[in-house]
Parts: sequence; C-alpha cells; structure tokens
Amino acid sequence: MSYTQLKRVDLIFDTEATTKDILQTAWSKTNEQIVNELLESGLKGRGGAGFPTAMKWKFTSEQPEKERFVICNADEGEPGTFKDREILFKVPQKVFGGMAVCAKVIGATQGFVYLRGEYRFLLKELQKQLDDFHGILKDLGINFSISIVMGSGAYICGEESALFESMEGKRGEPRNKPPYPTIAGFRSKPTVINNVETLVYAFMITKHGAKKFKDLGTADSRGSKVFSISGDTPKAGIYELELGMTVEQFVEEFGDGDTKAVQVGGASGFCVPRKKFKDTIIGFEGVPTGGSMMLFNSSRSMYNVLHNYLEFFEEESCGQCTPCRVGCQQLMKGIEAVKKGKKHAAYLEQLMKLSQTMKITAKCGLGQSVANSFSSIVENFKEEMIY
Amino acid sequence: MAKNINLKIDGITVSVPEGTTILEAARQLNIQIPTLCYHEDLCIAGNCRVCVVELKGARTLPASCAMPAAEGMDVLTNTLKVRTARKHIIELLLSEHNAQCTTCYKNGKCELQNLASEYKISNGETFIDLVPSKNYQIDAYSPSIIKDDSKCIRCQRCVRTCEELQHVSALGVAYKGDKMKISTFFENPMFEVVCTNCGQCVNRCPTGALIERNYIDQVWDAIYDENTHVVVQTAPAVRVALGEDLGVDTGEIVTGKMVTALKRLGFNSVLDTDFTADLTIIEEGNELLTRLKRALVDKDPNVRLPMATSCSPGWIKFIEHTYPEYLDNLSTCKSPQQMFGALAKTYYAQKRNIDPAKIVSVSIMPCTAKKFEADRPEMRSSGFKDVDFVLTTRELAVMIKQAGLDFAKLPESDYDSIMGQSTGAAVIFGATGGVMEAALRTAYEVVTGREVPFDGLNITAVRGMDGVREAAITIDGTKPEWNFLEGVTLKTVVAHGLVNAKKVMDSVRDGKADYHFIEIMACPGGCLGGGGQPVPTNKEIREKRAKAIYQEDTGKSIRKSHENPEVVGIYAEFLKEPLGHKSHELLHTHYKARQRY
Ligand SMILES: Cc1cc2nc3c(=O)[nH]c(=O)nc-3n(C[C@H](O)[C@H](O)[C@H](O)COP(=O)(O)O)c2cc1C
Ligand code: SF4
Ligand code: SF4
Ligand code: SF4
Ligand code: SF4
Ligand code: FES
Repeated sequence: MSYTQLKRVDLIFDTEATTKDILQTAWSKTNEQIVNELLESGLKGRGGAGFPTAMKWKFTSEQPEKERFVICNADEGEPGTFKDREILFKVPQKVFGGMAVCAKVIGATQGFVYLRGEYRFLLKELQKQLDDFHGILKDLGINFSISIVMGSGAYICGEESALFESMEGKRGEPRNKPPYPTIAGFRSKPTVINNVETLVYAFMITKHGAKKFKDLGTADSRGSKVFSISGDTPKAGIYELELGMTVEQFVEEFGDGDTKAVQVGGASGFCVPRKKFKDTIIGFEGVPTGGSMMLFNSSRSMYNVLHNYLEFFEEESCGQCTPCRVGCQQLMKGIEAVKKGKKHAAYLEQLMKLSQTMKITAKCGLGQSVANSFSSIVENFKEEMIY
Repeated sequence: MAKNINLKIDGITVSVPEGTTILEAARQLNIQIPTLCYHEDLCIAGNCRVCVVELKGARTLPASCAMPAAEGMDVLTNTLKVRTARKHIIELLLSEHNAQCTTCYKNGKCELQNLASEYKISNGETFIDLVPSKNYQIDAYSPSIIKDDSKCIRCQRCVRTCEELQHVSALGVAYKGDKMKISTFFENPMFEVVCTNCGQCVNRCPTGALIERNYIDQVWDAIYDENTHVVVQTAPAVRVALGEDLGVDTGEIVTGKMVTALKRLGFNSVLDTDFTADLTIIEEGNELLTRLKRALVDKDPNVRLPMATSCSPGWIKFIEHTYPEYLDNLSTCKSPQQMFGALAKTYYAQKRNIDPAKIVSVSIMPCTAKKFEADRPEMRSSGFKDVDFVLTTRELAVMIKQAGLDFAKLPESDYDSIMGQSTGAAVIFGATGGVMEAALRTAYEVVTGREVPFDGLNITAVRGMDGVREAAITIDGTKPEWNFLEGVTLKTVVAHGLVNAKKVMDSVRDGKADYHFIEIMACPGGCLGGGGQPVPTNKEIREKRAKAIYQEDTGKSIRKSHENPEVVGIYAEFLKEPLGHKSHELLHTHYKARQRY
C-alpha cells in the first residue's frame, strides 16, 4: 500500500461561527429535521460504545415520562485519553451548545456536565464560559440550564449508569441494564448521556448539515474523530483525523520508526501488533477507539504493559460483580505466576478462557472489556509473557 | 391487567406477565437456575452472575435474575457456554474465599457450598488462592452477631436487607476493586454502630460471613452441670418455625414435640415465654389506660402519647439511635423474655424453693437482638443476670440434632409449671399485629366489661402483612370507673420491619398522626420472620408461619391474657397489682439515647 497522508479535519476546534449563530440555526429547524440530519450523518457515540447518537436522542424524546435530562459525560478516565480535556479547554461553548440542541430535541430543561475529578483546574474557566452561555440562551429565549457536577475520581463513574448513581449521591456502581438511560437514567428519568466530543459533533452537524460529516470516513465509521496520541511517538498530542485509516497509515505518520505495537482504545481497547498493522482499520469495522492511541516501540516489555493495565482494572473495578472483581485479580496474579515460573505456560490458556468468561458475564463494560487488551496482548506477545 | 409475554426457555414455550424476569419464568417451568445474590425479599442486585443464561442473538450471557422476559426471547439455561461460565464464577468466588467448610458454622447450610458441590468444583487446576493476599477481619465483639469477612462473597444481600427492609444501613460497601468489602461506619465493630442486632442480614447471608453468636456449648455445659437448675423459655414464634430445620413441613405447629425435645435435652424445667407475654398485656394495657387517663382526665402535659410497644429489642435499639427524643413514648415494660428472666430467679425460685444463684435461665428466641438485650446492664433486676443464654430457633434445631432426636417422630408433651401456661393472646405475639390484638382483647374488656366486638375475638384489621396498618376502635358502654373513655375512638397503628417503623415515627414526629397506641416489631412479619428463624425466610414462608400462629390461637381454650390462671395467680401471690411496686422493680425498665451513626 502506498503512503497516503492522513486527513486532518477541523470540525471540533473550528470557531468560525459563533455559538449564538449555531444555536439560531438549530432553533430554526424542527426536532425531526435535527434528528434526521444526525441520522443521515451516521454519527456514532465517541465515548466508547459507539451507539448512533440520533437514535439515542429519538428514543428519549419518545418516552411517556416528560421530565428528561441531558448529561455530558466528561469523566474521561480511560488511560491515554485526554481529548475531552482539550475540547473543554478550547471550545467549551460548543459542548454546551450540543447539550442545548439535544435538550431541544428531547424536551429537557436541565443538563449536567459530569466533570472528571482530576479536571477541577478547568472548573473556574468552564463556569465562566457557562455563565456566558446561559446569557446567550437568555437572549435567545431558550429555557435550558446546565450545572457542572464534579466527579468522584473513580474510573467506573464514567460508565453511564454508575455516573447516574454517583450523581444521585450513591456509590458509583453500574446498574442492571435494561432499563437503558433513554428510559430510566438520572433519577430514573429518560436521559441522554453523551460524550463531550459526541456533543460537539452533533452541534456542528446541526450547523453544517449531514453531508460535510458523512463525506468523511467509511460506511461503518462516518466522519472524523479526535485522537489522544501518546507513548513512543515524537508527535504526542491531540489530533482530529478522518476515520477509516489503517494502523499502518497511522504508524507511518506518528510512529518513531520502531513501533512494535499500538494499543487502540486505551486499557480497555485492543493491542495491534506490527504484523497486523496493515489489515487493521481504526474504526467500528476494525478496532474501535474512544480516542486513545498508544504506541510502543521495541524497547517496551509487553508484559509490563499488560501488567499495568491489569493493575489498573484490578483497582478500578467497582468490585460488585464476581467475574470482574475476582477475574482481574486472577489475571494479574496469573501472569505474574507464569512469568515467575510458578505456573506452567499452559496456564495462560486457562486465563484466556477466563477472560472470555469475563467478557460475556461481567455486569458492565469495564469487566467485559478487560479481555480485549488481555487476549490481544497475550495472543500476540506470548513469549514476552513467559520469558 | 399486565400484558403477557411469550418466550422460549430450553425449547419450552412459556407465557408470563410483563415484568417477569427470565429467572422467574424458568422457575414456572421448574427449571432451576442457580442464584447467590438474589433474594425474594430484596431488590435485584445482579452482581454474583451465577444465574447467567444464554440468550439467542445476544453478545453476552445476561443475568437471568435481572433480565426481564421479552416477547420472542429464546433462552437456554444449560449449554456448554453457560456451564463453563458458571463454573468459572464459582471457582472465582472460592479463590477469594476462606473455604474451611468442616469447621464453618454454616457447614451444610451454605449456598456457596451447595453450588460448589453441585458443580463439582475440584481443588486441582483451579485459580490461584487469593486468601493469603487479603487482610480479612473477623468481628466477634457483638453478643449477637459475628461477621467474618473471609467468608463473604460480596453479594450485598446484607447491605440491601439493612437498607431496604430496616432503613438502618449499618452495613455498606467500602472501597473498590480487589479491596471492595462489606463494612460498617468507619469500619467500627458491629457492636459500636447503629446496628439493631435484628439479624435480618444474618438470615439472608448465603454463607458463613454473618452468623449469630452461638451459645450452644455454654448451654450444654449448664445442662450437664449437676449443681444447676436450668430453666428454658420458648418464644411464641419458635413453635411455628422450628420444624422447618428438622424435616417438618413449613407452617406446621410443633409446640408439643418441641417441649418433648427440650425435656429430652435435659432442661430441668420447660416453660413458656407466652406466660410473660400474657403478663406483658396486663402491665402494658394498664400502662396505656393510665396514660390515657392522665392525658384525658388529668390533662397532664407530661404524659407521652402515643405509647409504643417495647417487646422487640431490635426496635428498641433502633429508636434509641434514631428517635431518642421519643424514648418516653415507649412502654416501660420489659420484653416478655426479660420479664420471664427476672421472674425465673425470683418468683419461680421462691415457689420452687430453689437457690436463684443456681438457676441458669435459657431462652429460645426467633431473634438475635434478644442476645444483646439479655446482655444489657439493666437486665439484672433479679440480682443476677436475668437471662443467661439466648439461643435462636436455629441453634435449638442444632442441639436437637446433636442429641440424636428424630424430631418429626417425637411424641407431644405439655409445658411444666409454674410459668408454663399461656393463652391464644400470647401466641399471636409472634405475628405482626399480635400484641395489638391481644392488648385490645384485654383492654376493651377491662374498660367495658364486654368482649371486643369482633367475630370470634379475631381483630382482622390489625392482621396481615401490609407494612403499616391502622385500626380504630370506638369504646362505648364503659364501666363507671372508665367513663372518661366513653365514646373515645382509640387509634392504633401496627408496623413491622424497621423501614415501616420509620414511616410511622416520621408521621408522629411531623404531627401527621394522632395515634394512641403503636405496635412495632423490628422484623418483617413480626417475630415469626425474626433474624433467628430458620433459613430461608421469605414472604411465602412468613405467611405460612402466620397462618399457623392464628391457628394455634383459635385452638386455645383461653384466648385472653387476663384469663390466664397463672397470670391471675402471680398477681394474687406475688405481684399484687399491675404497675405495682414489684412490677416496677422486676418487669419495667428504662432506655438510653444512642448516637445516630
Ligand atoms: C468503565 C467505563 C468507563 C467509561 N468512561 C467513559 C468516559 O469517561 N467518558 C465517556 O464519554 N464515556 C465513558 N464510558 C461510556 C459511557 O458509559 C457511555 O457509553 C457514553 O458516555 C455514551 O456517550 P456516547 O454515546 O456519546 O459515546 C465508559 C464506559 C465504561 C464501561
Ligand atoms: S464489570 Fe467490574 S466495574 Fe462493572 S459492575 Fe462488574 S465489578 Fe463493577
Ligand atoms: S461459608 Fe460456606 S463455603 Fe465457606 S467455609 Fe462456610 S460452609 Fe464452606
Ligand atoms: S456478608 Fe453475607 S450477605 Fe453480606 S455480602 Fe457477604 S456474603 Fe453477602
Ligand atoms: S442486624 Fe439488622 S440492623 Fe444490624 S446490620 Fe444486620 S440488618 Fe442491619
Ligand atoms: S443471582 Fe443473578 S446475578 Fe446473582
């Protein structure tokens, strides 16, 4: 494959039109128009699960219960992800704008931004921006207001139902699903919860229409996405790129010439080894990502990488369900035992099976996704696990 | 009417009302799915994950307890995928678990052990033993409850029990990840926190992590000691539940067999808490009438109404922590257990001519809070510890098995005397509403000279399982000395489960209720659903036990406390009069305000 330059996009950070202009455009459209444009654009959630945003808004708007909420998930806790921070820092009003458009569609008057505890330093400026934003809403006669809620500092509180529990003053433990947030979310009311980035895209699609977004990317992964790039790269940072590139293309642009693996999607994502760079598309048809891209060169021990991830999960699991709470401990202790020769290398097979059980039986996405990094690292770097 | 949903489970079609879970639907088909965190009385947690099933078209295996049935679902409960997953989950639980079954109090009665046995978990190439890396603690400071974290599977049944049924929240979840554990406020011992010792959590804990502190060996020691005279009293609710632990059908009354068994165990005298339940009615009824008189005739501003019952020690500790400003509303009557204890070492000792120092008084209770109650410093009015050892219904069942008795086949016998006679009014103390009904039967008759105007003495308005039940009874045709009550409508309320106690107390506090008399039992269903009763206890079982209790009442020749000949006798010979000097010394008590956390 020949070298193709990755396409840089500037939808998120572009500040050409004012918030007020875009809001006016939005309010000149019917709710149906807005939902149809979103649907047409193919926008999928940027928080990880990739649920079509239009559908989420539509389902919520159709609930019999009239009190509804819109929540911006700014808990950004995935290791290696820092793009929401940048968005909130640079274009906070677009985030609020996306929430306002959502509120219009679903008929909410109250919204919340659930801000990661570690991002408290952003609070003062965000609050100032929010006050200005409330001023704009007032000018336009829009009945909607937003409050910023500080997160508790636990990774699990980014999981939507744990986030609701946390906002309700309870322990951040994921709920059973169904019911989904669209039916019973915050305070058991119909709720749209979207990632920071999703909301900005929704806002920009309302401004530009569906086409500009839809023309980018692939059939399964429309549009562009903001990436947080870290690890062994000379170009660490935040980039908005068109979706649909292969890992190979990505590494050509961002690698240091010695990349042996790329972890796509953070600790809960997949590890792509060099031999699979070429055939792996970054997106819903290949390996999806919430934005985190970590590059590892040949000086890195993949055992250490995996051990770090497992340590993270062992600690950040909320601890309520058996497969995740105990499974994470077993995976970590298990690879340690194999490394130290206390367990035979064949024990890795048993651990692989265990990780598959976790994937299908854990209560929430955290426990379900441990197997992603575990199996992709163990499978592709087995020797590093043993010797 | 709810819509019906059609689905297939293991190829069999079943139709269930909307909202039914897959687990419940499977049970309708007699397909058993294993569970651990699920309990009929509690909200769904969905955290243990042993109940997973395969759902065609789904990426994951949903937890059947938490997944509502939906139209057209195709569910499989016994595939290779399901078996592998369940086995993994049980193995994972065991890897965190200090599995020492042979020396565990729950051995043979443990849901985790049962599952491990069913799935034939072997000790071979399973997972790494995590127990050595844990800093597990045992809290054995409480006289009622022992908490052993090394046996905990974190199902949170206890947490949900304490919060949803009892509104106490003494137990909660602390920390996360591998350190997640069930804990108390600041990890203080159970003894020092708001725990009421009700034992509802103990009754629902599937493993040996929460157990009653047992006094079986101490009681055997006393029985074998030839220098002691061991008296035993049995609470009303024990006789309708004990059989469940000894191979008798739920809901069968086993009073006579139980008495035989206790005699065979070697107790010197087998007596009945029902006797002091009747006595409680006399004392408490008179206390209520006195308070009413002081309020209505003397207009005494210091008299506290509504008056609340005081026979449930879980409720007592709850009000001491939660509504200390209402302690004066509590009846000063001790619980029947403690009245009995005080009389055993005074009245009984005198009558039987036994040195009270040699008497060991044991009680068999459906309750773990009674263990704490017996330990309260106030409960020594005989000059000794009034009740030496409190055993739960479950512990008695263990002793009967240890003694090699085939309980189901035992003949029946009668209680010993004195303090062995009882009435139907005393028996119903075991059910929620029973104290109220017994009190009304007596008080109405005292005041009017006539029986309560209900068919067959059955005051059905105060019966049943609704959490809070109000009833009013208008008094007319009073005797001359009670004419201040002529035409007065006595307002009463009955609540069971502390979450309902809170509702009643809040409405009293907020001035929304003008009750005269409140009956509160800490446990759902009253004592018949006590924390010391056989496991499992759930709605269906509580209803069966209640039915048995009312059956026992109807079958009694005497059904009103004031007609109990032994009660008449003790006033004539010993106590002289209700609320008299001796009563105050032996049968009444006071309470203590405690912290709210
Ligand atoms: C363990 C865990 C952590 C998560 N953390 C975040 C987060 O920090 N930010 C986020 O937007 N979504 C997070 N999610 C995904 C959310 O649950 C939810 O799917 C998302 O907020 C929906 O927004 P979207 O539709 O815009 O993607 C997390 C999910 C899991 C399972
Ligand atoms: S999968 Fe992990 S984080 Fe999710 S509910 Fe279970 S224990 Fe909690
Ligand atoms: S709690 Fe159950 S499994 Fe654990 S040691 Fe006791 S009996 Fe065995
Ligand atoms: S103490 Fe018992 S009921 Fe509570 S979480 Fe542990 S095992 Fe479950
Ligand atoms: S004994 Fe009762 S009050 Fe105490 S922790 Fe258990 S349920 Fe809560
Ligand atoms: S019984 Fe269903 S998850 Fe525990």
